[in-house]
Amino acid sequence: MKKNKKRIELVVKPGTSLKNKTGPWRTEKPLTDLEICIGCSLCAKVCPDSAITMKQNLKKSKLEPHTDYNYCKGCGLCAQVCPVKAIKMKKDY
Amino acid sequence: MEQIRIHGRGGQGVVTAAELIALAAFYDGHEAQAFPNFGVERSGAPIQSFARIDNQAIITREQIYEPSVLIIQDSTLIGNVDVFQGISKKTKIIINATKNNWSHLHLKSKHLYFSPATEIALKILGKNIVNTVILGALVKYTGLISLKSLEKAVQTKFANKGTEIIKKNIAALKMIDKI
Amino acid sequence: MISKNKKQILEGSNAIALTIKNIAPAVVSAFPITPQTHIVEDLAKMKADGLASFEYIRAESEFAAASIVLGASATGVRVYSATSSQGLLLMTEVVFNIAGMRLPVVMTVANRSVSAPINIWNDHGDAMAVRDAGWIKFFASNHQESVNQHILAYKIAEKLQLPVMINVDGFILTHSYEPVIIPDDKTIKKYLPVYQPPTGTYLDPKNPVTLGAFFGPNNYLETRQMLHEDLMSSLEIIKEEYKLLNKTLANQGANHQRQKLSRIDNGLIEYYGPQKPKTILIAMGSVIGTILETIKNFKDVGLLKIKVYRPFPAEEIVKIIKPAQNIAVLEKAISLGQSGPLYADLAATVMASKIKKNLNLKNYIVGLGGRDITQKMIKEIIKDAPQKNNYLKFIGKI
Repeated sequence: MKKNKKRIELVVKPGTSLKNKTGPWRTEKPLTDLEICIGCSLCAKVCPDSAITMKQNLKKSKLEPHTDYNYCKGCGLCAQVCPVKAIKMKKDY
Repeated sequence: MEQIRIHGRGGQGVVTAAELIALAAFYDGHEAQAFPNFGVERSGAPIQSFARIDNQAIITREQIYEPSVLIIQDSTLIGNVDVFQGISKKTKIIINATKNNWSHLHLKSKHLYFSPATEIALKILGKNIVNTVILGALVKYTGLISLKSLEKAVQTKFANKGTEIIKKNIAALKMIDKI
Repeated sequence: MISKNKKQILEGSNAIALTIKNIAPAVVSAFPITPQTHIVEDLAKMKADGLASFEYIRAESEFAAASIVLGASATGVRVYSATSSQGLLLMTEVVFNIAGMRLPVVMTVANRSVSAPINIWNDHGDAMAVRDAGWIKFFASNHQESVNQHILAYKIAEKLQLPVMINVDGFILTHSYEPVIIPDDKTIKKYLPVYQPPTGTYLDPKNPVTLGAFFGPNNYLETRQMLHEDLMSSLEIIKEEYKLLNKTLANQGANHQRQKLSRIDNGLIEYYGPQKPKTILIAMGSVIGTILETIKNFKDVGLLKIKVYRPFPAEEIVKIIKPAQNIAVLEKAISLGQSGPLYADLAATVMASKIKKNLNLKNYIVGLGGRDITQKMIKEIIKDAPQKNNYLKFIGKI
């Protein structure tokens, strides 16, 4: 082997899924009607990408879901589990 | 020898697409070869598959670096993966899209075909799985395989999925022929 | 007579599974591992659908699967297993036992690299890890060859009491589609008789015997010598059986004529190219096709395909390489710390032979971990072959 030949590091640092923005994979997009939403958090719990976070709305005194569309793949599980049908899937491609 | 390279993501039926091409070409009486190139085996990862068609036995097994036909099942790959690597002026490029959003790329080849495969797949199959639809486009724009053989290939390959799925896929790939 | 032997286009794994079904072993046991999975999944599905007669025994690991087929074979029945890479390594102890016990086990190895680092793609690292175990080793370069070698394997194994390993390149052959003829069971029966080992050579309560006994310093050496000599004399028998198999297949309309370009084809090796080549490339497995396509444009380059790697067909090889000046051994494996194993075998063969002149023998390590081998790389190797420089090069850049 030549001197100063670049060595390949076999010990690697863990990757991050944050780098891989999977939003563009969507065919459909979930839209949440916050008026109907009761803040039960089921959507956030069920989302396979952890793309929904619940935030406290102090004015209305309830939790509200915020969907990060950078990562939402449009699987529709949130819309399926919502007990009040506050989430509708819309075409997005 | 025709060399077809297909780009897509894991779970979109990219490997099946190449296999259907080989089956159809074989039914047409040609020699054929099809094989995949997996990256990591997970849904959504970019993958390629390859198909070769010729009139004599195909013996080479390297991947396809100079495709005569390029199929892009998922246009979000453009810009993330070098899908256009190795194309020539003559390469026929079929992209799953409604219009040309990539004229700024000034591609070497002007043989660009845009097929609204997602629309048709959603309408007829109820899912965004475009492989059979885009093969209908392959028939239309290149004639490398016949529609009749492609239908037979779908019936063979999807035999274990049931008659309903086979019927829908055949309807979908015939749709592209009419647009 | 209506023959069911027609050409179809099939996935390599499926072709192997259909062949095994038609050969009808009594027992199949395997543990899934990429890229062998499609073979055993197809066999399991055939069994579940009532299309196959064999007993499919699920195993909890490759060690278990190999042990199951060893045990079944020891009772005097035909068996089958398949594995790759880490699976083959896990069952290594059993692989050595099977050969030492002279059991006619037939196994497909869907060649895959070995960890670490972890890699699921093709190279011959797994085959070479058990190179010295005493199995006959075939290397297939296309689907038809793979199918035919499985049939040949059973005949040889049962005739000579030697296990046979058929190496098929993972993904490249197992997951690709290509035209092939699967000889039907009637055709296979014309070539492969029902397996009935002589009484007293297998486990039977009516006639109790011990297989795999203890051999001390006074006789272990002679048993290994006997195994070695039996392997060496199998070379001629493999040649005869290869001829007989081809004749049988042709008579039954099951002979798939891929472009027959080889000048010499005797079951152990095949040679393509000029009668008096300047350079000969030597390789095994699926890369043969790509090399063959490349050398079409080279008037003085030949290709030697090694189909039987163990026992090593030294005599056949010497006959072929004698007229050349440059020998380039391309292989998908390396004995880390020395050279590629095929190169080492070649060098030993040349040393022991009557070849007087100084052959320029070089080793090119290619395709490791599934790195694609391109016609460009092969052209580079052909250009480098006559250079009298480093005898070992890794060729990886496309």
